[in-house]
Amino acid sequence: MPEVKQTEYRGSIHQRQKELMLKWYERLNEAAETGTPPTASLMISGNCVELLEAFGAVPIYPEVNALQLAIRHQSLEPILAAEEIGYAPDNCAYVKADIGCYLKGITPTGGKLPKPDLVLCNFVGCNTYVKWFEHTAVLTGSKLYVLDVPFLCEDEPTQAAIDYVVRQLKELVTLLENITGKKFDYDRFTEAVRCSAEVEELWSQIKHLARRSPSPFDAYFDAITLMGPLYVYRATQEGVEFFRAALEEMWAKVASGQGVYDQEKFRLVIEGPPPYPYFRTFRDMFAKWKACAVASTYSTVGGLWEFGARHDPDHPFESVALHMLSQNVTNRNYLQRYEQIKRYIEEWNADGLIIHFVKSCRLFSAGQGDMRDYVTKTLGVPTLYIESDLEDPRYFAEAQTRNRIDAFFETLEHSKLTAKAV
Amino acid sequence: MELERTFDQWQERLADLGFASVQAWKAQHPGARVIGYFPVYAPAEIIHAAGMLPVGLSGGGDRLDIQHADARFGSFICSIIKTTLEMGLRDHLKVFDGILFSSICDSARNLCFVMKRNFPDLYTDFLHLPHNPSSTASVDFLASEYRRLIQELERIGGRAVTETSLQNAIALYNHNRQLIRSLYALRAQKPHVLRAWESYVLVRAGNLMPVEEHNALLEESLEQLAQRPGKPRDSIRVVVEGAFCEQPPLDLIKLVEDAGCYLVDDDFVIGRSWFTDDVPVDADPVHALAESYVNRAVYSSVRHDFRAPRWEGLAEKVKQSRADAVLFLIAKFCEPAYFDYVLFKKKLEEIGVPHLLLEFEEKQFTFDRVRTEVETFVESLVFD
Repeated sequence: MPEVKQTEYRGSIHQRQKELMLKWYERLNEAAETGTPPTASLMISGNCVELLEAFGAVPIYPEVNALQLAIRHQSLEPILAAEEIGYAPDNCAYVKADIGCYLKGITPTGGKLPKPDLVLCNFVGCNTYVKWFEHTAVLTGSKLYVLDVPFLCEDEPTQAAIDYVVRQLKELVTLLENITGKKFDYDRFTEAVRCSAEVEELWSQIKHLARRSPSPFDAYFDAITLMGPLYVYRATQEGVEFFRAALEEMWAKVASGQGVYDQEKFRLVIEGPPPYPYFRTFRDMFAKWKACAVASTYSTVGGLWEFGARHDPDHPFESVALHMLSQNVTNRNYLQRYEQIKRYIEEWNADGLIIHFVKSCRLFSAGQGDMRDYVTKTLGVPTLYIESDLEDPRYFAEAQTRNRIDAFFETLEHSKLTAKAV
Repeated sequence: MELERTFDQWQERLADLGFASVQAWKAQHPGARVIGYFPVYAPAEIIHAAGMLPVGLSGGGDRLDIQHADARFGSFICSIIKTTLEMGLRDHLKVFDGILFSSICDSARNLCFVMKRNFPDLYTDFLHLPHNPSSTASVDFLASEYRRLIQELERIGGRAVTETSLQNAIALYNHNRQLIRSLYALRAQKPHVLRAWESYVLVRAGNLMPVEEHNALLEESLEQLAQRPGKPRDSIRVVVEGAFCEQPPLDLIKLVEDAGCYLVDDDFVIGRSWFTDDVPVDADPVHALAESYVNRAVYSSVRHDFRAPRWEGLAEKVKQSRADAVLFLIAKFCEPAYFDYVLFKKKLEEIGVPHLLLEFEEKQFTFDRVRTEVETFVESLVFD
């Protein structure tokens, strides 16, 4: 049995991302204290942060707040507070943590979070988003706008769906003009879209480096570290600079042949969000086997760019609409996710798929048994299916999870050895 | 037919996993197609106008053992998702040529695509019903979604949908919804004459038969009910909320009534009475259906309209039906219902309406604990 080895990625970008995230919270604190800059709550997946940037408004991401709490082992208290007012054990724990924090005045950094000037629900596939933001609007008394994004039934969105989203984006411009008292700055919007396109290109190049062996980073655990700046700074020059530095750092690792471990023994694709309350413990369960994620579906919640899609400053509204409709994993249909995983396995040369079922998120998890059936039987690729939660620490069975992970790698190791022998 | 026999007969047909009444329709209409729709709402008028039989699906009830679907959907997923897939995997859905899903929840959405993979010969489609009714664009979008559906139905063997055929279908369904509203009005007025489980069976029967026949059944039943004697019971008046998708076992509905409740309003099979008023029968029937969804629909946990919040809708329903209390009947793992419970509860507490929460599964056989809970709740109100 290999020795347990704790790992954590410690590049300079790791430090830089912490600074950026702290700076973001400082701006939110400033908004809470002074009323400026204007703020809007919005969801990570398929969002239109470029439009906020055009008004100098700062996004509040309740999902980021919730995961920050969980990773710091502080999520249970707010979850229980929400359950006290009627939320069920089976409601999404992100929502419960967020609502509980509001009720108890808890924030991830201890600073203040502003009352959003606008609760902007970008409804992309996740029905929980709509409920969540309705509740937020009721609790805070803030204005709610639900930007309804038709679900992607076919491979590409229909023209009617694109027109529908563009019309809503233009309604949103008027609403933001009223809320902020500023006139819409089209040039600033185009510039934000240009920054997004550049960040997407850099992020895509980083992800493609994981096709090499060894991969210079873990495309699940390390990708999550990079996802904070990706969401908060995508539409800004700071985001561009951060991801330029990240790409350079990764290239340096490639040049020196440096992987995540001294030897990369297994290459994995991981499906589903991580168990944030046990993030480190969970990571170490894979590190023990020198198993590196080379691709993950969760890292495409914010956007799916590794297959070529980008925002387009020449068609800013349409490209924001397309991003919302078709270039994020949550608004794509379930079979498209199967196809995404298939491409990862084949093009990123993976040995197996880990499916992490999280009880909070039915969008991700409902039907993962069928996904497993497809990957195992149709593609002939080994899979491991484990269950816990992304926010609620009560659903992580450490010993059982460890046993299942160990058993999976033992079997995989054995089949690799016997394959070599033949 | 005598009313009691009608109820008994339909009680049995609703539990039939083989869809015998639908099979019989298909045998009588060679070449005609059957389109099922997963709850909660689908524009059945369009399916009817294409010469097809729309059939409302309601899960597997309590007669289906799950052998395969648990492994496909795992823990924490509601029963109707699994029983619907199980029915497909066990060949109970062979009579269907297509099945429609819509944007009601994440589990149902994923089920649509799992069905698509497992049953490649079945036409499986997903309708995006809009969640931003305050936008002027939502009616246009939904109309285009309905036109896409029409094209698909024509492609799989439906006859051409004409303005006239759709206008006729709208008129038939308007009449159907009027009759259901009359049935509910009668129940709210004389709950001792028509029990909730009886009205439930009558309404849900419409899921399995052509609307013309359902209209005749409802008309005949309403006529007979006008003459039906009934002895008032000592019961409290209760509105049921939360059972809009997966349906509770019939025995559970009966039990709640026997435990001392008149169910004066509910959201069972709510897709059958989806509009508060008639859909206009005007020159552009596709637009009329879309516009009605956006502006004329009942409140529901799967339809989001912040212009008229659902909790205000529930408060109004309580007032209109002169209810003493609200009974939340929520399917286990039904996330939309769980979420709405919080804001419904908040509103009811503001206006001083007592409420009780009960969870159910479509396949449930022991009700002792539920009976005790309901009886205690009723007693607490009667002797308060």
